[in-house]
Amino acid sequence: MNIEEYKLLVKKYTPKEDRIKNALMAFITGAAIGILSILIFQILQSYNINDKDANIWTIMILILMSSVATGLGFFDEWVSKVRCGLIIPITGFAHSITSSALDYKKDGLITGLGANVFKLAGSVLLYGIVSSFILAVVEVLIHV
Amino acid sequence: MIYLNGAIFCGLVCLLGEIILDNTKLTAGHITSIFVVVGAILSFLGIYDYFSSWAGTAASVPITSFGNLLYKACIEGYNTKGILGLFTNLLSTTSAGISSAIIFAFIVTLFCKAKD
Repeated sequence: MNIEEYKLLVKKYTPKEDRIKNALMAFITGAAIGILSILIFQILQSYNINDKDANIWTIMILILMSSVATGLGFFDEWVSKVRCGLIIPITGFAHSITSSALDYKKDGLITGLGANVFKLAGSVLLYGIVSSFILAVVEVLIHV
Repeated sequence: MIYLNGAIFCGLVCLLGEIILDNTKLTAGHITSIFVVVGAILSFLGIYDYFSSWAGTAASVPITSFGNLLYKACIEGYNTKGILGLFTNLLSTTSAGISSAIIFAFIVTLFCKAKD
């Protein structure tokens, strides 16, 4: 069997993913989280919390929900189903931290949990901090 | 009306991520990192403020807002403290998100076990 035939065979048996369905699921989940966030925000506002603090509380409540759901075990299934619908919102950040903490707990508190807790979220922090710092320096230099 | 705007904004960002995930070889880690950088760039160009006023709090839910907040905090730090402020203020607004994610994750880890 030559390489071309082999490639055709691989292509034939690779499970086909329904991209339109995936995209639709991601859109619906993302929209639902957006609505949920505004709902939480307005409930907080009704308790006379100012906009800025209510915004932070909203994010923290979403993070709490995501962490607890990951700990209870059913969030992984949801993430594998709707993928970017839950990965792109802040729930994905909390999920990545909690799931790597849970996965490496068995290797010990320091070398397992401590060393690996940022295994997935580390790239978000690193590139976020570096890129925003560089852009801020550029902005500062433009206005000098 | 703010509900509709928020739903559309959050949904479209997630849709964009899913399209990239399905049609390229990039993993979820790549996409979240790219989106954070894109958020910082949009904030740098002054575009993210329009999203925030259009979609309300929903604009701060996707991971792109992480880059936006980091960049804004950095600029604010420079305006109040000069060059030192770039470093001291960089994580100020995102601190709540990062700290709570770590603390909740730790507490959850104490009580739960990984499912295989």
